[in-house]
Amino acid sequence: MTTLTSLARIEAADQGRAQLIRAVRHVHVSDRPLVVIPLQLAGEPCAPLAAMIGDDRSAPRLLVVANPLNREDRFRFAAELAGVVLGYIGRHAAGPEPAEKEAYPDAPQLVLPNAGGVTFTRLLGRSTRFRPTAGPGAVPAAVPALGCWLTYFAERAQHPASSLLLTATGALSAHWATGQSAAEDQNLAALLGWISPPPGLTSRQAALLAEDPARCPPAGPATDPAFDRDVLVELYKAIKESRAAGAGEAAVEGAATERRVLVLLERELRLVLEPTWRLVWQSVDLLRALPAGGHVAQRWTSDRKSFTGYARYLRDGGFPQAKRDAAVDAARRLARLEGEQEQLDAQMAFDDPLVMAEHLMTGRAFEGVVVQAEPHRLDQSGKRAKLRPWITLETADEVTAEPGAELRSPARPGQKAAVIETATLNGRTRVTLELQSGMGRGLAPAPGSVPEREDVLCYTTLTLEFQPPPGFPAREDTPWTHGGPPPEYVPADQAVAEPWDGSAWEDGAWEDTAWEEAVQGGEPS
Amino acid sequence: MTAGSGTGGGAGQGGTAATERRLAMLRGGQLPQAHNARTIAALASNPGCARRAVLDAAATRKHELAAHAGFPSPFGESPFTRNRDVAFERSLKDEPDKELLTLLRETLDLDIAEAGYTDLNAPGWNAAGASRDLAARHVHTRQQLTAPARQRGTMFDHPLLTFRVGGRHAYLEPDLIAFRHDGTFHVVEIKSFAVVDGQADGAKVGAAAIQSAVYVLALRDLVGDQATVAHETVLIAPRDFSFTPAAATIDVRKQIGALQRQLSRMDSIDRLLAQVPEGISFSLDRDERGVSRRHPDDLLRDLRLVEANYAPECLATCEMCYLCRDEASGTTGALGRSVREEAGGIESVARVLRVAYEKDPLPVPDDIAEAAAILRRAAALRRAALGGLG
Repeated sequence: MTTLTSLARIEAADQGRAQLIRAVRHVHVSDRPLVVIPLQLAGEPCAPLAAMIGDDRSAPRLLVVANPLNREDRFRFAAELAGVVLGYIGRHAAGPEPAEKEAYPDAPQLVLPNAGGVTFTRLLGRSTRFRPTAGPGAVPAAVPALGCWLTYFAERAQHPASSLLLTATGALSAHWATGQSAAEDQNLAALLGWISPPPGLTSRQAALLAEDPARCPPAGPATDPAFDRDVLVELYKAIKESRAAGAGEAAVEGAATERRVLVLLERELRLVLEPTWRLVWQSVDLLRALPAGGHVAQRWTSDRKSFTGYARYLRDGGFPQAKRDAAVDAARRLARLEGEQEQLDAQMAFDDPLVMAEHLMTGRAFEGVVVQAEPHRLDQSGKRAKLRPWITLETADEVTAEPGAELRSPARPGQKAAVIETATLNGRTRVTLELQSGMGRGLAPAPGSVPEREDVLCYTTLTLEFQPPPGFPAREDTPWTHGGPPPEYVPADQAVAEPWDGSAWEDGAWEDTAWEEAVQGGEPS
Repeated sequence: MTAGSGTGGGAGQGGTAATERRLAMLRGGQLPQAHNARTIAALASNPGCARRAVLDAAATRKHELAAHAGFPSPFGESPFTRNRDVAFERSLKDEPDKELLTLLRETLDLDIAEAGYTDLNAPGWNAAGASRDLAARHVHTRQQLTAPARQRGTMFDHPLLTFRVGGRHAYLEPDLIAFRHDGTFHVVEIKSFAVVDGQADGAKVGAAAIQSAVYVLALRDLVGDQATVAHETVLIAPRDFSFTPAAATIDVRKQIGALQRQLSRMDSIDRLLAQVPEGISFSLDRDERGVSRRHPDDLLRDLRLVEANYAPECLATCEMCYLCRDEASGTTGALGRSVREEAGGIESVARVLRVAYEKDPLPVPDDIAEAAAILRRAAALRRAALGGLG
């Protein structure tokens, strides 16, 4: 957190209303995002129990798992989810195949309520992408395909500059500071309470209300423990019993009971999911209402290219992602993420005065007035004279740039300026800059291309240019310090001897004990 | 995760009679609440909080107090989570000489020949820890664990340790203790959160590590110089999406160090009690049907007489968090430790803004001069940037 965002939090607490910490929007918001709200069984690494999903806010689709501990039920859920997600993705990859370096005109965008949803997405992807589609335990082909795509989106969510997967809490808290702590901002309803409280409530009241799971169901993926205890346990038990009804007439009756209970289960889960559904779409609206920053479209183009590339890879029979990156791949990926972060920081600063203000606080940028300008200065040292105007700015800001440093101004991002010298006197610093580009071709500067006296300008050491990651050894040259060359990646091996759910599930042993105790168990300690 | 962990009373051998009387009065007839590794870990996470220290020392039931005072605590455990915990632990312990032993043998290089499983819950005491005589159980644990090495087993289930915290003793029940025949004990923690592709939720592993550290300290206290307790503890958790157990060793030296530092910093309970006004009580004054006769405001008033040290981190660990947060409203600390630091340590939200926007009629005192300059600069930049938007 920076001093400026801390100050904004303090102002928000004082005024009882969230404060903007960004002047423009720095994420892309699709015209038709796919909102996904997953719910999972508490305690399990990845046992989905329901999801509300759709790209039309007036028509959410509710998927429900009859018994989250049952293998067939879980794969049925995965297949239904695949139907919706792959259908949505497919609509963005339906047109004519773009040329090598081109991209589809638009890319899919997933919007989840919170970071927990991303973890769930990653784990669901992990648990489905290696599933065999033939032989014992076969699943529909859509299931591993879903697994690959969910893994792809969860991985893209790690990229600071990517908008392919957004979380409502993440995107909102990147643009607004609330009068509560960052930990409390993880609650979507509370966060929105500060940004846009429901009519008749103050922000504080709305945030408090959001913490009462009885009146405001959690946005998942975990459900409210009291809801588990009071509602889910009984319904799952009823479904399990109806399935164990026996053969013949009893089985028919059992199936009828199961359908009845499923209707009840759906009703309960709809009640739990609908408030969050509305909140996520409200978040989308709030973000969309902010003007987009100058570089948002450029970053979305990178996202479209990435999406196009992955769609092509899968279509050409690409493997599911490995469980863990090999050493060289991991190092390359980290370097790439760091480079992207630096570029994003610079882009946001150039697009947004509130972000640049943070750099002005830390000395990575300064703002000053031009006190001297030599627009026609020529550098005669080489074979041919070059136009190299000098300007001198005076500023009260701290200047950390050393002579020789290359600076840019957000007002003239295409113009390189090198620091010639700095001199500080009585708390004011004079910085002399040599302009090196962006003045036209001749030996006289194009009109308006050189700042004039009295102009107020901001300069920064932030650079918009992407710093390519350093070279890494090829896979086969992985040094011994990093385990040596990794074995050839064979995705088929990864699925072997890995039951989606272990033996404890298969024989149902603990399923029995589980439900019994869940019913008997009172208030947990 | 042991179902029976946290059994027993907080009252122990420690403390003077006068202290005991004072604490019993504060508790006021409630059943004493026991410490467990989790509460000790939580206590150590905020050693500067007198309210928590006193409420814990008096072994009050904080969740009941918070609820009665109008600020029910946000913690609940899903029956699904608990069932998974119980089922996973049972799947290991029902046949301890199978998977559990194999795992520990591989992880700790245990001696095969002398492998043995000892249930420290003496005969006649059932597995749920039904014995009310905790002192007797603890003595039994001590006898078994300090017996000559030849007579010792390899795995000890249901051990009962004691731990001195805030000048008093608490009983602790680790999941399992393993003994290696090179003379070292290892604390074993069984957790039901999944380890997928060798990675688990960092927060959960961190919590397990600090709990293990508490057990290591307690076990060292028990065995004294008769044996070594390793700082390498064993975490057993289900692998990937299955129920197959996987074991990993965790070096808890860092956690032990932090714990010892924080516990030693904690004021002794006598010193804390000296600051608590005479005559206050946290009694709920229940009638025979268990209904409290105490007016919530009255309880609230007494609770507020013991100073709290609220930080948003409390929301994850302390039952009193909503009450303390309510009190801390209007302070920078309630917005996060980092916010308070960025505000130069100034407590009051209103004062920060008066300083930042230069509305304070009084001159800025020297001790916050530097912070004030930074705040004014931030305020000016913020105003300029936002002004440029209009």
